[in-house]
Amino acid sequence: MRVAIVGVGQTPFSRSCGMSIRELCFEAFREAMEDINLTPKEIDASIICSAPEYDKQRSPSGLISEYLGLTPKPTFYAESICSSSTTGVKVAYSFIKSGLHDVVAVIGFQKMSELSSAEVQERMGRGADIQWETPFGSMMPAGYALYAHAHMQKYGTTEEQLAKVRVKSGKYSVLNPLAMFQRVLTLEECLAARVIASPLKLYDCCANADGASCVIMASEEKAKKITDTPVWVAGIGSASDTLSTTNRTNLAGLTCTIEAAKQAYKMAQIEPKDVDVAEVHDCFTIAEIMAYENLGFCEPGEGGKLIEESQTYIGGKIPVNVDGGLLSKGHPIGATGGSQIRTIVLQLQGRAGKTQVNGAEIGLVHNVGGIGVYGNVIILRR
Amino acid sequence: VRLMSFNMFGKISYISETKVADFVKYMEAGKIMATRCKICGKLYFPPRADCPNDLSEDMAWEELNGKCKLLTYTTLNFAPTGFEDDVPYTLAVAQLEEGVKVYTRLSKDIKEEEIKIGMELKLTPVRLPNGRITYELKKFEP
Repeated sequence: MRVAIVGVGQTPFSRSCGMSIRELCFEAFREAMEDINLTPKEIDASIICSAPEYDKQRSPSGLISEYLGLTPKPTFYAESICSSSTTGVKVAYSFIKSGLHDVVAVIGFQKMSELSSAEVQERMGRGADIQWETPFGSMMPAGYALYAHAHMQKYGTTEEQLAKVRVKSGKYSVLNPLAMFQRVLTLEECLAARVIASPLKLYDCCANADGASCVIMASEEKAKKITDTPVWVAGIGSASDTLSTTNRTNLAGLTCTIEAAKQAYKMAQIEPKDVDVAEVHDCFTIAEIMAYENLGFCEPGEGGKLIEESQTYIGGKIPVNVDGGLLSKGHPIGATGGSQIRTIVLQLQGRAGKTQVNGAEIGLVHNVGGIGVYGNVIILRR
Repeated sequence: VRLMSFNMFGKISYISETKVADFVKYMEAGKIMATRCKICGKLYFPPRADCPNDLSEDMAWEELNGKCKLLTYTTLNFAPTGFEDDVPYTLAVAQLEEGVKVYTRLSKDIKEEEIKIGMELKLTPVRLPNGRITYELKKFEP
């Protein structure tokens, strides 16, 4: 029995959404339910995903489930920081595959504007090992910056190659009305931006955002009744790495991505070259370059060259993040994975508009939590 | 010697109780200590009280010589809450001679243009002006 995605939705990602989290989730849910033959009462379970340290609401699952009209069906909460909603998708897949539930809604959200910038930064630092790393002043950009310098040293990757990832992101973001950052950036602007954590500059980093996403999944039998265009989950892999930097064996790539990708490719019985379009976790430009390598789109160390040769643009060897990616869309932590899934589902259904990759049959989603702590790779087929 | 609680470790500590709190006491005496599992022999730094290989807590403290090489670094111009006064500062990961790694700050004595991956460094306990205790990576002086 196969498992399908039957509906996807996403709110615009913005600096400040002007509504409460229940309303934000409702907007994503409404889009996912549009044009499919399904009512809220036919949803057997929901999985709500966010990073709880940003929520004022304790235990948001009950609140969201009620507002979406999903009670008295069971509702669960899934968390793996930035990869929370793909973790939710994996749980939903297991529920459906086991026969426990036939139709499951996965709702990811984050309202980061509830907190001041200082409060957000304080929480970011505590994503590192609070006993041995946070006391020195760690934060998210610094974690990826350590990887960037190690990658540059080992493979000769350049700051210009990093900037080229952001230039690509900007080009596609202006074609995505839901993206927060609606601006084309030149290579010169990216390189001239102020340094946040060397070698990463302002435009090498994604921004905090408000937003929600929704993915509705169903068993094969139910899926065929709900929609004429189901998208099938062909492979799903997950892995973890040490939270502490000191116990990492590789500082020039993410081991959790390599491991999760291996599982997903094996399950889908495909190779990296078979992927037609991909969404990778580009929270920082270096993260996209490492993803090219760790997902097998190129050899280790060749990621800089891949963007240099424009091979990850539409028309290249493997189009990556043609919705603008986290860098331009914004990164409302719990909503990000669901947004990536939505982009790939629209691509495989031929509904991606100006950024459609012609004839896309196989798509890949790569979503990472923390600085390579949690990795999810999902392969979808039409 | 006055015993310090673990919450005196680092610029800001988020932990007060730990089974390896003696680490701070050794730092006061100028020593940086790792732990070694007496069953499997694995060396742990930062120190651990429990070994997942044997599910054992039979550990011995062991001093590190502090000699290390820079693996990677980043200089921050923007800091999380509570660390703003230190900007700019450099975070680094170094490979210690004994095979374990350390994550800490690079000493402000090292200028940004002097930083080179692979350079030799010395992990050194440092007393902060407010009495807190930490360690940082200083230039290696043979």
